[in-house]
Amino acid sequence: MSFSTAGYQLAPVLPELVLAVGAMALLMLGAYRGQETTRTVTSLAVVLLIVVGALVYMQPAGKQVTFGGSFVVDDFARFMKILALIGSAVTLILSTEFLSDPSRRIFEYAILVLLSTLGMMVLISAGDLISLYLGLELMSLALYVVAASNRDNAKSTEAGLKYFVLGALSSGMLLYGASLVYGFTGTVSFAGIAAAATVSNVGLVFGLVFLLVGLCFKVSAVPFHMWTPDVYEGAPTPVTAFFASAPKVAALAVFTRVTLTAFPGIVSQWQQILVFVSIASMALGSFAAIGQSNIKRLMAYSSIGHMGFALVGLASGTVEGAQGVLMYIVIYVAMTLGSFSIILAMKRNGQAVEQISDFAGLSRTNPLLAFMFAMLLFSLAGIPPLAGFFAKWYVFVAAIKANLFTLAVIGVLTSVVGAYYYLAIVKTMYFDEPAGRVDPLRIEVRTVLAVAGLFNLLFALFAGPVVSVASAAAKSLF
Amino acid sequence: MTTWPILSVTTFLPLVGALIVYLSRGDDEAAKRNSRWIALWTTLITFAVSVILVMRFDPGNPDFQFVEKANWLATGITYHMGVDGISLPLVILTTAVMPFCIIASWKAITSRVREYMMAFLILETLMVGTFSALDLVLFYLFFEGGLIPMFLIIGVWGGPRRVYASFKFFLYTLLGSVLMLLAIMALYWNGGTTDIPTLMHTAVPRSLQTWAWLAFFASFAVKMPMWPVHTWLPDAHVEAPTAGSVVLAAILLKMGGYGFLRFSLPMFPLASHDFAPLIFTLSAIAIIYTSLVALMQEDMKKLIAYSSVAHMGFVTMGIFAGTMQGVAGGMFQMISHGIVSGALFLCVGIVYDRLHTREIAAYGGLVNRMPLYAMTFMVFTMANVGLPGTSGFVGEFMTLLGTFKVSIPTAFFASFGVILSAAYALWLYRKVVFGALVKPSLASMKDLTFRECLTLFPMIALTILFGVWPKPVLDMSAASVQQLVNNYNTAVTAVKAAALLQ
Repeated sequence: MSFSTAGYQLAPVLPELVLAVGAMALLMLGAYRGQETTRTVTSLAVVLLIVVGALVYMQPAGKQVTFGGSFVVDDFARFMKILALIGSAVTLILSTEFLSDPSRRIFEYAILVLLSTLGMMVLISAGDLISLYLGLELMSLALYVVAASNRDNAKSTEAGLKYFVLGALSSGMLLYGASLVYGFTGTVSFAGIAAAATVSNVGLVFGLVFLLVGLCFKVSAVPFHMWTPDVYEGAPTPVTAFFASAPKVAALAVFTRVTLTAFPGIVSQWQQILVFVSIASMALGSFAAIGQSNIKRLMAYSSIGHMGFALVGLASGTVEGAQGVLMYIVIYVAMTLGSFSIILAMKRNGQAVEQISDFAGLSRTNPLLAFMFAMLLFSLAGIPPLAGFFAKWYVFVAAIKANLFTLAVIGVLTSVVGAYYYLAIVKTMYFDEPAGRVDPLRIEVRTVLAVAGLFNLLFALFAGPVVSVASAAAKSLF
Repeated sequence: MTTWPILSVTTFLPLVGALIVYLSRGDDEAAKRNSRWIALWTTLITFAVSVILVMRFDPGNPDFQFVEKANWLATGITYHMGVDGISLPLVILTTAVMPFCIIASWKAITSRVREYMMAFLILETLMVGTFSALDLVLFYLFFEGGLIPMFLIIGVWGGPRRVYASFKFFLYTLLGSVLMLLAIMALYWNGGTTDIPTLMHTAVPRSLQTWAWLAFFASFAVKMPMWPVHTWLPDAHVEAPTAGSVVLAAILLKMGGYGFLRFSLPMFPLASHDFAPLIFTLSAIAIIYTSLVALMQEDMKKLIAYSSVAHMGFVTMGIFAGTMQGVAGGMFQMISHGIVSGALFLCVGIVYDRLHTREIAAYGGLVNRMPLYAMTFMVFTMANVGLPGTSGFVGEFMTLLGTFKVSIPTAFFASFGVILSAAYALWLYRKVVFGALVKPSLASMKDLTFRECLTLFPMIALTILFGVWPKPVLDMSAASVQQLVNNYNTAVTAVKAAALLQ
């Protein structure tokens, strides 16, 4: 059978193919040449991710479908893929120090990140439930291993195991939901489900609920968030940065695609679920973070809250909502990578410190670092003129248009509560007595921080083009 | 006509100054001196540029002038700047007060001078931007952005309870503002744009008017601040460094009044009319209650802070009277209070720098050692009381006059404020300045230095000048205020007529 027959072109999956083949080639390189290639493999992996990103960027505009509708490439997919690739590439760059330790020269780390990224790309382009599951599992299985990559550390192993057990549970639920949806609609393709989905179909709604439960696990939305703080705290910091960025992009992308393209006929059914989930996430993310003393745990609760905010956009179920989700995730990824590059930079005498009290007086010992972090924190709190404000603007403006007033009011009120704990860190850095200088920053951390920090500070200047791109991407879903 | 964007230059010049201060590295005495001078020159040049605004401003034209427009975010959100007779006086007030703040911090701030100057310059950009933004999103950007530098100013250079005060300031203001943000979004979908001049001519449905008015009220009432959400202000004032208090009292509080004038009255006239009794009640309570509270204070800054709340009560009362005298009086009261309360905080700062306490009981008989100071302090005390001949009188009189036409009970109760303000202000003055100089700690107090005279004497001149000749300020805003009042009354009478016909 020729693959060039209609519906089975390979051109749309070219980036994924390159990534898969490249990952295999690097695996061979590492397997035959041993652990001393770790540095080479990691660098080549970054190059590979950049190449794949360029390929995605060069794909023709408009919608392409292949593999009989299982794989969709549209503006939305390209937007999210590039973002996920950036997230993966940056975390690999940030991991170089972690991997340079003689006891942790594991070349598999980069390979696993590549494979996980491949899973994300499949997930983002999924056009039916089969490819959705395929992508999800490829992404998650690699993530479980990466979480435990610090083998000799009990916390890291615990994080990996916890993530695996709960992740497997969520996959099971997702599969169960998918089988119900298939049973009641007779198809796995999103377009087919959309045609068959009506409110009267109770079995389908059941399936939808289980499907959403599985997806909520992946974006770590309340009430399926329990794994997040432990995994964030236990995993090595570069891995936590990875968890907080790229997989969130992919999970949110598939969340958006499933709800908006497979179930547009029963918006009212999933809307109430999303409203509840996002209110719960925003509230828990804000209140539970107040008591945290570990910065990584705090970032975990912060990310739960931010996923809640992103879902506010999705809950409105409109083009504006999808655009809001896209804007939110772009800015969220930038803020997260910037914050984690600072957490990575927090080393004293070669020893990583991750208690919030360790940030005391940073503004006097390392003024620029403290300033950048303060601006990122204000941005995470959604204070203008920083990037985080625009993220919140676009999700809430969609919610207001969809008349979700209660959701919007509760949302902004929790953002005030959230501002409290971000301020508490700023207070520690600016108002408290210094706890000593931190070690000089490594060049790659410095670069990532500079790019993310400037993006955050100057976002208001170039917001226009980003908004246009996000708007075009959102329209491609409808 | 001008070809260079004069308003944007005024707005962003301080930001450029902040960048220059940042680039002047170093931590020694020379670097500190450099950053002080750079900050001073930046604020002076900004003021000079803003004077060009005044000279080219056409007071007969009620519409926005010096308009600049550029694409920003897609779909109806643009970079739109401009000033009219309501915003221009506040822009000038801002640019005029800032050099005094820098001079007042010359000796008082010795640690982290560079950051301090940068924070003030960034704050100036955000304040001028707030008053000259003609797009709601842009306005919100400047309005909320001001929280960040102010939070740091209070928290880093503040007094012993600075952490509590800075958090309270930030979170209180943020809580009010996020509700306004939602109302801005609702207006965006109602009008398809966040352009302020367009929205002023867009009909807003009655129910949306009510909710949007309440949301904007939540923000501006906290900022103003009105009773009962004023409690952040005394804490912020007491803990902030002197210049921080001056900016807070002279400019940041005016953002609330400006917001009422710019948004509440023109965009939601019906809701403003419906809620006017609420405002009158809160204003009257603010005037009487906070004056009584001021009588009980033992801290000089706290006393002036409470008197600020009382004086802002006159402003809200006048604005929502919706009469020409009321609105113009509210406008004038804002400018006058900006000068007088700013100067009062400077006066407190002067004795605080010498004795490092603000407790009223620690002072007494200063007139014996500091005659010049006693004279200066007296002028501002009298202006605070509202003595005829000072600028404080004009604003209070006009707002009372404007309110009297609309609500006699409100004007009746508010006039008690005039008596009470005399009580607390004179009491403070007697305790601090008069009496015998018996406390040994005061024996070595020095009178005003040249630098201190430089900050206070221009303000004395303005207080007395505007007291006997308020025309320049009133003329500048007259046309815009007239148009505002006309539109407001037309909208209200139209609805009343429609209700009668039914």
